[in-house]
Amino acid sequence: MNSALLVNISRFILLLAIQIIIFNNMNFLGFISPFPYLLFIILYPVNGNKSGLLAASFLLGLIMDMFSNSGGIHATACLVLAYFRPSIFKFAFGLSYEYQTIKLNDVLTPQRFSFIAFAVIIHHFTLFFLEAFQVSLLLEALLRTVLSTLFTTITCIIIIYLIKPNKR
Amino acid sequence: MQQIFYFIFKNSNKLLFLLLLGISLSLTIQSHSFHRSKIISSANFLSGGVYERVNNLNEYLNLKIENDALALENAKLKSMLFNLKDSSDIKRLDSIKGVKPEDLLVSKVIRNSYSVHENYLTLNSGELQGVKPDMGVINSLGIVGIIENTSAKYSTVISILNKKSQINAKIKKSNHFGSLIWDGKSTGFVQLIDVPRLASVRKGDTIVTGGQSVIFPENIGIGTIDKIFTEEKNNYYTINVKLFNDMTNLGHVYIIKSKDREEITNLEKREKDE
Repeated sequence: MNSALLVNISRFILLLAIQIIIFNNMNFLGFISPFPYLLFIILYPVNGNKSGLLAASFLLGLIMDMFSNSGGIHATACLVLAYFRPSIFKFAFGLSYEYQTIKLNDVLTPQRFSFIAFAVIIHHFTLFFLEAFQVSLLLEALLRTVLSTLFTTITCIIIIYLIKPNKR
Repeated sequence: MQQIFYFIFKNSNKLLFLLLLGISLSLTIQSHSFHRSKIISSANFLSGGVYERVNNLNEYLNLKIENDALALENAKLKSMLFNLKDSSDIKRLDSIKGVKPEDLLVSKVIRNSYSVHENYLTLNSGELQGVKPDMGVINSLGIVGIIENTSAKYSTVISILNKKSQINAKIKKSNHFGSLIWDGKSTGFVQLIDVPRLASVRKGDTIVTGGQSVIFPENIGIGTIDKIFTEEKNNYYTINVKLFNDMTNLGHVYIIKSKDREEITNLEKREKDE
């Protein structure tokens, strides 16, 4: 239990640090920046404490909001993603996911890819819709969602591959 | 009673989710609807400290550009000084019109954002240096924004590239006033709205701050006219203004500490109370 907790805490801090120091300064075409910090929510243990995940993602989003002066949009988006995570698991891996041993940081399969992509889409849509906060800007929010989803998904997969423990 | 406890225990996750969602949504709505008093902002010990460290590193990479800008400003000031008939009267010269030198506070941008609709900067000076909310922020080229939140050592600035910002501005040669807003599209352009049709505007005219606000002194540069649109519905122009400043590349800035402001706001308050 302790080692899992330690891994999660260090992941929390490390992902926030690289997000704030590196990825927040990235602006492709002026407005697309990847948000790989949500890997924390994606990689949280499948059978881990659910209230723990909710509280941790809220805190994660709140710290992001503090650093980017954005009110509460990251907190809301992270919270929504954390809450719907079990449903995305069911969608991507089939109904009996809890009995399998799902390891996300492993070789990329269609299931793993669809899980990551859907998680990112849900997070980004909430994020950009709340950021625009007007129906008239809905189209622009959608455009940002699509483009940023692409970049975030790619960055997430690259990071998973980079930190994957080499066993084989 | 037991049933209530059972219900709470059974739905604890859902209830926790709803509680946290309520908090975060109210934070979001609060930040969108009020002009100031944001609860979560980067003017605090933790994020200010982190940004200051990161910026210290970045500064080394930008030394050359920053030096060039300073040299250019120096040359401009010197040419003004030497081309004067009586160069002994430096005190009158060594200032922006309407700003006394002791009212300017030099500060540094340690975090700059320009990719979202509501952009904020973080500066490395705060209440200890005398920064208060609603002070104007400029640099050598033109205006940058207005102080929003302050902490002991840091402060956040609502950038002119922010949909919530609205600044009084005028056309330099004709004194017609308008409001400066941003449509959220390009970082190089802002919009001047509510300029009456009577005004004669031409492409290339200079836009400066107007004297109607107590935040900025009059005649601080903003940009030049790029495109002029006429609104069909009302008799006003909407003008696309090309900024003098490159808002994506900001280094040192000046904060304007106007002593007149307190006097004016006090006076206006007294007027209202009576």
